[in-house]
This record gives sequence, structure tokens and C-alpha cells, in this order.
Amino acid sequence: MPRVHDRGGWPEAGPINQAEHDLSLWEKRTDALLVLLASPAKQVLRVDELRRTIESLAPDAYEKLSYYERWITAVEALLIEKGILTREEIDRKAEEL
Amino acid sequence: MSAKFQPGDSVRVRLGAPPGHFRTPTYIQGKTGSVVARHGAFRNPESLAYGGDGLPKQFLYLIRFDQPQLCNQYTVSPQDTLFIDIYEHWLEPAGC
Amino acid sequence: MHEHEHDEHAPITDRDELTYYEKRVYAIQSLLIEKGLMTADEVRRAVEDMDARTPALGAKVVARAWVDPAFKARLLTDAKAAVTELGIDTGTLSTLVAIENTEKLHNVVVCTLCSCYPRPILGVPPDWYKSLNYRSRVVVDPRGVLKEFGLELEQEIEVRVYDSTADIRYLVIPARPAGTEGLSEEDLARLVTRDSMIGVAKARMPDQY
Repeated sequence: MPRVHDRGGWPEAGPINQAEHDLSLWEKRTDALLVLLASPAKQVLRVDELRRTIESLAPDAYEKLSYYERWITAVEALLIEKGILTREEIDRKAEEL
Repeated sequence: MSAKFQPGDSVRVRLGAPPGHFRTPTYIQGKTGSVVARHGAFRNPESLAYGGDGLPKQFLYLIRFDQPQLCNQYTVSPQDTLFIDIYEHWLEPAGC
Repeated sequence: MHEHEHDEHAPITDRDELTYYEKRVYAIQSLLIEKGLMTADEVRRAVEDMDARTPALGAKVVARAWVDPAFKARLLTDAKAAVTELGIDTGTLSTLVAIENTEKLHNVVVCTLCSCYPRPILGVPPDWYKSLNYRSRVVVDPRGVLKEFGLELEQEIEVRVYDSTADIRYLVIPARPAGTEGLSEEDLARLVTRDSMIGVAKARMPDQY
């Protein structure tokens, strides 16, 4: 059985939802954070690492989360894995918002 | 470093589901196609995904498959194709 | 297979409560700024850069290729260099390959493993490009998917799907519509839609815009 991100080859998956939405600010910020962290100038993390982390999400989480929810979940996990941030300080900061 | 395959070569995509990160979709594994072009050598994403240096670089090939060979009843035109980029270590010669 | 509905994540403007994910993003951003890993200005500029990259860039490239055969030849040989000629910054794009649709060949692009897309020249991909169902189906039922997008192709045409799994990003050069001989390059660019550069549509006819 292929892993959850490995989607190709299922002709009966169902109709394609062609509705589009404009990205909201938090989605753009998520994108911007990744672009900056992966930039040649910073090299804090790599897009390959982001992919690996997204692929490691629980299958139901992968399918339920929206695109940028997957991204920010993975960016957070990677920053913690690399010892740059801790879960506790992110929780604390999120509480203050 | 020399490339193992040339345009026109018949190749089979290896079967595999290593525990880590890899960029060879399951649906194309085990299928036989032909080399269209060699893109050059690129750092190996299987290493980059874990903070490695991605070296040695791997040759990356553009491989062509006939759509009917993908065993589906949906595509009715025999000339339809699928082109996909596959790293060299995922390819083997499709000798008889 | 269940397809996640993105609509429920549409921004709600008249609320003061942030969602869980909004809080995570803003918390992470302010911590990274506090730690000196980035500045607020850099984040702002990254968002601006994202907003500035739209399919209009790709349309400009295609329109030039339609009117200038020498440029098209260069685009097909080394797309990144050709795009740069037009003053378009390709950013961190590794390798760009342009693929041409003709009377006999129709190309369509997907990334079945994630969402690889030529972002520096097309902007962020549409929701459906990233959707699980598009990724699942187009590689094995391209004609069925294209039909869903309103494009039915003759049996004699080769439908060629590109699954971008690695460092290469693909840009489709749609076929130039008939009856556009008299149009300026600028007017031609208006016929080049985002979807025609992904390959789920043809370029517009002049009477369609």
C-alpha cells in the first residue's frame, strides 16, 4: 500500500473540486516563513526536509488538514527537531496571541 | 562519474518502499519505459531530506511510458504517454 | 476518497478569535524574529514577492515564444535562460523545462507526490492542482480529467502527462490559437491563461476575453 502522500494512480478517486480560494494572510505568512528558512542565505531547513516531515504526518491528518495547515505543522516539527524552537515556547507565545 | 543509461535505453523502475523519503511514486514502480533524456546530476533527495549533503549526486532521467502499459482501461488512445523524472539508482536495464 | 474542502478555511474577517493554525504561524514567526533568524521586514518582502508572481509572467513568456521563433527555440533549449532574458527573476528555481503543445501533442503537468510547480513564473498553484483527486487521477486517466476541465481532445492527439517528481519544473507552451495573426504580443498574452500553462486548458480564442 503506498504511503499517504503517494497519490498517483487512482483513477476512481472522485471528481476534482475546481473551486479556488485566495490565500489568507496566515497562509501567505506560512509560505513566506518556509521560503525564508529554506533560502540560500539562511539554510535553516530544506524543502526536502519539509516534504519528509509532511509525509510523516498520520495518514488521516494528511488527508484532513488543508495545504498550509500541513505546511505549518511540518515547519513547527522541523524547527523543534533542529532545536531552534521548543514546543513549550511556541505554546506560550500562541497563548499570548 | 558516468551515466548508466542513454536516451533510447529501455529501463524498468525498481520496486521499493524504503522507510525514509524517496521520490519514486509507487504507481510507476515495476513498469518498463524508455529514456527520453538525461537532465544532469542532482543531489539525492533521500539524503537531503535528513539533513545530509545529498552526495554523491544522482543522474536524473526523463522516462517515457506508454499510457496503456500503465494497465488502465481509461485511456483509449494507444499513443498517450506519461513522462516522469526518475533518479538513476531507481532504474535498472529492462533486458529480456 | 474524501477530498478536503478548502472553503471552510476561508478567512473570516469579522472575528477576533484566531484559529489554532493562525496562532501557530504567528507564534513561530515572532519567535524566529526574536531569535534573530529573520526580520519582520524579510517576512513582509517574502509575502510581497509571492504576491508579485502571477501567471502574467508566464503569459508574457508564451506570447513572446509565439511571435519570435528564435526566442521559442531558446526557450525550448534552456527555459531558465530564456525567461531571464525577459527580465523575469527565476529565484531559486533549479531547472525549468518548457514543453510545447502542438496540433498532435497535448502536455499536462502534475506532481503526484506533493505540489511541485514553476512558482517563480506562475505564482502559487491553484487549489485543485494540489488536491488529492487531481494528483491521483491525471496520471492514469488524463482524458477523463481533461474532460472534467472542459477539454475534449481528438483521439489522434497524443496526451502526454508530466509527473514532476524531482528538481525539474515544467511550463506548458499552449498552442497559438488560429486567427490571431494580427494581434500584438500584449494582446496575445491575454489569451494565455494559467490553466493553459499547466495543460488542463487550451489558450483562449481572441473572442473569449
